[in-house]
Amino acid sequence: MNLVTTQVTVMDLIVIAPALVLTGCALVILLLSAFVPTGRRGFLGYCAVAGVVAAMASLLWGNDGAQSGFNGMVQRDPFALFFTVIIGIITLLTILASLGYARREGIDFGEYYVLILFASVGMMLMAAGGNFLIIFLGLEVMSIAIYVLAGIMRDDARSVEAAFKYFLLGAFASAFFLYGIALIYASTGTFDLTGINRVFTEQSSIRILPIVITGLALLIVGFGFKIALVPFHMWTPDVYEGAPTTITAFMATGVKAAAFAAFVRVFWHALPQLQPYWVEIMWVLAVATMTVGNIIALVQTNIKRMLAYSSIAHAGYILVAFVAGNQLGAASILFYLLAYCFMNIGAFTVVILLGKKGEERTLISDYAGVGSRHPLLAAAMAIFMFSLAGVPPTAGFMAKLYVFSTAIQAGYYWLAVIGVLNSAVAAYYYLRVLIYVYFREQEGESPITQFAPAAVLVVVISAWGVLHLGVLPSAFFAMAQRSIQFLR
Amino acid sequence: MPADIPSLYFLIVSALVFAIGAIGVLVRRNAIIIFMCIEMMLSAVNLTLITAAHYLNSLDGVLMVFFVMTVAAAEAAVGLAIFVLLFRNRKTIKADEINLLKG
Repeated sequence: MNLVTTQVTVMDLIVIAPALVLTGCALVILLLSAFVPTGRRGFLGYCAVAGVVAAMASLLWGNDGAQSGFNGMVQRDPFALFFTVIIGIITLLTILASLGYARREGIDFGEYYVLILFASVGMMLMAAGGNFLIIFLGLEVMSIAIYVLAGIMRDDARSVEAAFKYFLLGAFASAFFLYGIALIYASTGTFDLTGINRVFTEQSSIRILPIVITGLALLIVGFGFKIALVPFHMWTPDVYEGAPTTITAFMATGVKAAAFAAFVRVFWHALPQLQPYWVEIMWVLAVATMTVGNIIALVQTNIKRMLAYSSIAHAGYILVAFVAGNQLGAASILFYLLAYCFMNIGAFTVVILLGKKGEERTLISDYAGVGSRHPLLAAAMAIFMFSLAGVPPTAGFMAKLYVFSTAIQAGYYWLAVIGVLNSAVAAYYYLRVLIYVYFREQEGESPITQFAPAAVLVVVISAWGVLHLGVLPSAFFAMAQRSIQFLR
Repeated sequence: MPADIPSLYFLIVSALVFAIGAIGVLVRRNAIIIFMCIEMMLSAVNLTLITAAHYLNSLDGVLMVFFVMTVAAAEAAVGLAIFVLLFRNRKTIKADEINLLKG
């Protein structure tokens, strides 16, 4: 038992600077929303935007090398920085997309933005956690904020139902995750990821203990729920459909990115010696996730529900790279998540723009005639759908190319074949949206007169991101490769 | 912890409590009871952590228990608020009657 110093150094502050700035900003917004009269709270969303920008700026404090704070509890390595930036982008785009939407749906009170910022803090800590304690706390900070956000439209029965289902299943999954942590702790005697790695390296005999294997399985269940892997995906379509659309976009990208960050860090940094046990399980999960996600998405009529199944399928593609497990695979996971965040937020923002008060007009058939009435928005939707389907020259194509070439390089030919077949199936339901947009006439007049400028900005940024990553991916891929190097 | 009871027994008890909680979540229909079952699972984990900490003679596990209890309290606050909201909307908290979203 060693007692450690409790003094907080400058290094510790640098390591948690983005999370610290976001927390401070969230507290300020909370105070402001208590003192500013109702009706004049429109500026709170802009405060949240400023907070995220300040948090990203705080990353410039400190150098690029791998550092850690609080005795290794929180890491500030290139991997954590990469995910902090992804989460920052996701949070910024979500808040910008919310500015008009929140007013339309009557949820533009300060707490809405505060909870998004708190969830973002949790995500950053999850991605940066060098210790199971921090990863667990990050997971819970993120999840508890998002339980509330899913049900923030208090009078909407569907929103409350989404919160209810997400809460029960999320808490259930947290218990599994926590039991996994406890069993790994019981066998290795530490929560520190590097320490766990050391114990497994030095004492190879404990790798085959039933307690270790059980802990591993429970960790996979816990992460599987958060990432929405089949068969732990049951909550996803219901929650994504019922939650406010901005929050759906936030969940589909932010939660997934943060959970994958922790997933990669735990399995590749702390438990690489157990790879023979988990790689087969992951293979099966990847195939099941891709196939089930894509096939059920084929028959969906609600676009939010369709995008929910699509997000399940995309988690399956990312898992293909996870199974491959080589250096290239790691980089392609990071690249895929970056591409996925742009295309998914873009698609959801188009859904937000074309929606109507009370979460109406979310059926795919409601999009008939959009192509002639809003040609630019339809073009953006086409870019996002092509990217999700994996058509060049978009980010989705490059991301899939990296993932599948990784699988082939590592010798997982069948996995690559199944993945490519799945992409072909997926093209059907993404292109079906575009058939409605461009080739179906719509009855009645257009219900939309005016678009929120901030949300239009989000669509422009996302479309630019999708095309840029699709045409010039190498710089970003090299960045992803640099970020992952230390993990192996 | 009494010295004459082996640590393994505590681990077995906590595994059993965890399993009972998990089965409870799956078979019960009342949201409050489901939530109580989840709390039971968290308590089972706490027992595992304390047993391990005692056996390994390390403080980390005990520390984790405090965080788990705090998180469980936060979860309870949010969860019960969601249940109240649900009851106000739907006049029921039976999990199988909450079925607006499906497909």
